[in-house]
Amino acid sequence: MTQISVRVDGASYSDDVEPRTLLVHYLREQLGKVGTVVGCDTSNCGACTVHLDGEAVKSCTVLAVQADGCEVTTIEGIGRDGALHPMQKAFHEMHGLQCGFCTPGMIMASIDLVNDNPNPSEDEVREGIEGNLCRCTGYQNIVRAVQQAAAEMSGGTAAATGAQS
Amino acid sequence: MTLVDEPTTGPAKEIGQPRKRKEDARLITGRTTWTDNMVLPGMLHLAIVRSPVAHARITRADVSAAQAAPNVVAVYTGRDFADEQGSLPCAWPVTPDMVNPGHPSIAVETVNHVGEAVAVIVARSKTAAQDAVELVDIDYDVLPPVLDMEEAVKDGADLVHSHLTSNTSFHFVFDGGEAGAAANTDQAFADADIVVSRRFVQQRLIPAFMEPRSAVVQPQGDNYTLWSSTQIPHILRVMAAMVTGIPEHKLRVIAPDVGGGFGGKLQVIPEEILCLLVARRLGKPVKWTESRSESLMTAHHGRDQIQHIDIAADREGNVKGLKVRLLADMGAYLRLVTPGVPILGAFMFIGIYKFPAYRFECDGVFTNKVPTDAYRGAGRPEATFAVERIMDELAVELDMDPLELRRKNWIKAEEFPFTTAAGLTYDSGDYDTATQAALELIGYDELRAEQQRRRESNDPVQLGIGFSTFTEMCGLAPSRVLGSLAYGAGGWEQASIRMLPTGKVEVVTGSTPHGQGHETSWSQLVADELGVPFEDIEVLHGDTSISSRGMDTYGSRSLVVGGVAVVKAAEKVVAKARKVAAHLLEASEDDLEFSGGSFSVRGTPGTGLSIQEIALATFAAHNYPEGMEPSIDAEATYDPENFSFPHGTHICAMEVDTETGRVKIRKYACVDDVGTIVNPLIVEGQIHGGLAQGIAQALYEEAVYDADGNLTTGTFVDYLVPSAADLPHFDSGNTVHAAPGNPIGAKGVGEAGCIAATPAVVNAALDAVRHLGVSDIRMPLTPERVWRAIHQGGDGGGRATTGTTAYGGASTETTAGVSTDASSLGGDR
Repeated sequence: MTQISVRVDGASYSDDVEPRTLLVHYLREQLGKVGTVVGCDTSNCGACTVHLDGEAVKSCTVLAVQADGCEVTTIEGIGRDGALHPMQKAFHEMHGLQCGFCTPGMIMASIDLVNDNPNPSEDEVREGIEGNLCRCTGYQNIVRAVQQAAAEMSGGTAAATGAQS
Repeated sequence: MTLVDEPTTGPAKEIGQPRKRKEDARLITGRTTWTDNMVLPGMLHLAIVRSPVAHARITRADVSAAQAAPNVVAVYTGRDFADEQGSLPCAWPVTPDMVNPGHPSIAVETVNHVGEAVAVIVARSKTAAQDAVELVDIDYDVLPPVLDMEEAVKDGADLVHSHLTSNTSFHFVFDGGEAGAAANTDQAFADADIVVSRRFVQQRLIPAFMEPRSAVVQPQGDNYTLWSSTQIPHILRVMAAMVTGIPEHKLRVIAPDVGGGFGGKLQVIPEEILCLLVARRLGKPVKWTESRSESLMTAHHGRDQIQHIDIAADREGNVKGLKVRLLADMGAYLRLVTPGVPILGAFMFIGIYKFPAYRFECDGVFTNKVPTDAYRGAGRPEATFAVERIMDELAVELDMDPLELRRKNWIKAEEFPFTTAAGLTYDSGDYDTATQAALELIGYDELRAEQQRRRESNDPVQLGIGFSTFTEMCGLAPSRVLGSLAYGAGGWEQASIRMLPTGKVEVVTGSTPHGQGHETSWSQLVADELGVPFEDIEVLHGDTSISSRGMDTYGSRSLVVGGVAVVKAAEKVVAKARKVAAHLLEASEDDLEFSGGSFSVRGTPGTGLSIQEIALATFAAHNYPEGMEPSIDAEATYDPENFSFPHGTHICAMEVDTETGRVKIRKYACVDDVGTIVNPLIVEGQIHGGLAQGIAQALYEEAVYDADGNLTTGTFVDYLVPSAADLPHFDSGNTVHAAPGNPIGAKGVGEAGCIAATPAVVNAALDAVRHLGVSDIRMPLTPERVWRAIHQGGDGGGRATTGTTAYGGASTETTAGVSTDASSLGGDR
């Protein structure tokens, strides 16, 4: 067992973990942060995406011990003061989810994408989220959601949102 | 952190509004109840030891090392449950003499596909259980694997099940002439000017829902609660009771948030039964959650047919007859509706065309692979692919424009209702209008002009345009029809409405959503019927203790059957409330009008009494009519009279790089008629998602087995579920012809895109390279196959170069050391 200390969604935790424990299993099973889910075992689907010190990572590909001393943000921690994050709001408004299983990871990856590229084109969004699989939506409404959120996050108008249907 | 939409005011209609979904609030914030989230005191974890070989006798099983491993509570093999595990159910004996070999949840003497359960580890943690899997030592006496359907049906073929006499489960025939629905097929073909015959391959697919399957069982005395990521909690309850012997009234099944299904969770799975058996044995709660590779390897697959299609026509392009001969791969066992899937397609092969004669034959064939079963469309994508592909082939033979050929033969708007040669009565439609709208949406004339330019300049990138003018049967199903097809249950749906004292409304539905947005659409239905605000309605589902009767969600049935049950229940609530209102307002029922949620006496302003006030008055029950129970709650069970028949025209424009074989969808446009649209946002989302899966069959996805029966596409590295970058923008539209068969007017939308897209995409690719001598390309249209088809002829079907494993193939190193001539082609066929 190895002791780690992490801040997750604004709270501090100190725990003993097996060295082989993946970050996603630590979050789900030890912290009860079940908003973050596991969708595959080859780091293809991205359902487990969280932010590690502000950068999107697939938490099935990070050992819990690697997060020692780090700040982790999950889908459960991105709202502020009872309000939804603009990306959450945009996924709702653009119908960017159906079953919702990929959604936490998709939202976390999309926030990271927009942090890097505040005004992504449709193609840039599609390339930017290709590490996250969705089986329900066909992605079109996810693309629209990311573009709408990008406009809101950069304080702009909806100029960048996909006006096409 | 709530999602508050603007409160509803006035009697504006909810139906037709793009209401944002109620479900989203928990899904976008991570406050979800996936089955794997469940933690119970003392809960134990299951890990399944799975067969590494496709076909073998189990000669020895040594679990002692696993039993001694730290934190392992118990280890079981098939022998431990042999007397109590029963057989997993097959609810659809499609012929009276169909052969069902039985399907143990855990193998006892033989294994028949890679991944079949052979032992169960029960441990204090999931990791402890998983660690012990490696410690189980099982000896296999390997038998030759049967992998190729065409080989499997030959005389003298190796048998999947040695106690059977052949690998054929059933031979199903539907002959329109013999059924009295059509002309004599043989005569039609004898009289025809032209007959075109083709062999198409529907590759094996994997539903690949995003949420891996999971089951939790909590025993409480002699009661059991089963949580499962299932599409069918109601069917699961009755089936699990019959399989395990747990009395049905002692078993509660709950489908909490379920992360997609696409037919893949329309199943009674071995692991659900094993969880029940272990929980019963140990008296402790247990949980099993699969890994993705377990899911791809052992959750049921879809499609997998070899189709022989013959079409007869005259020189002018009038179709005269259609003959269909199928081999349908059942896999190793018959699961819930395995044999029924190709039979659901049997009635749809003639599509939207006026074939005077039609004959369908299907052999269900056993192989040493995971069983097939429902996958989005279930039989209808296969049928639609065949007819839309053969119409293009006929057009080529006749030197006719493929759209002109279709137009010449499809049912005209004024000819509905139309009874087809398959005996179905199509309810409504207007194929001309949908097609015209789709042509405009995609910019057809300009694309044809560009295609011509590229042809003339011999551009290495050629352009093709493909059509799919499709229909499907939705709204499963009239119970009597299901009975005539020997299906094991009915096709009705149940709903009830509970009027709470504060005027809030609970709607209980037997439909069980897993991403379709029932909570939103059902709220819209009830808001209109009862005149109560959308926000005042809560939709309850997926728990057999709350929703006692139901037939669940599949086959695009929810709105057209389950939604109608909701409307019928609401009508009963209003009828009861009307009696109370008449009593309280001291008026005759006949003098009351109900509008915007209020009863008022006709011609007497200011007399309004809202249905929500009546709910409170009925709760108090101080003053209600004589002879009436003090309740305005109601329930309804709706059994449809007929199927509904959504239709649409899908057009794909495809670029094909003739030098590299790379295909790229330039544009995709579709116009679907799904009847009345309750929520356009949800309808558009269903179309998009269906298109993605239909396109994925054409271009990306294939479950490949090697020569020994190993699934070589057992991870998302190899099984290519498309990403956002792999799919195009969709231009989608609708025409609306209300379904005449139900009061909502809805036809069903869940499978439309998936059914329609695949042939449009393949037809487009072929249209791009037909002038280069290519007449077929095997799905999925990988660059390698497209390149081979262009440069080497044939359908490009031969798999990857010898020595690679990119697409499996015969050269993959053997696991079991057995490779027979019969299986040397592996998944290639």
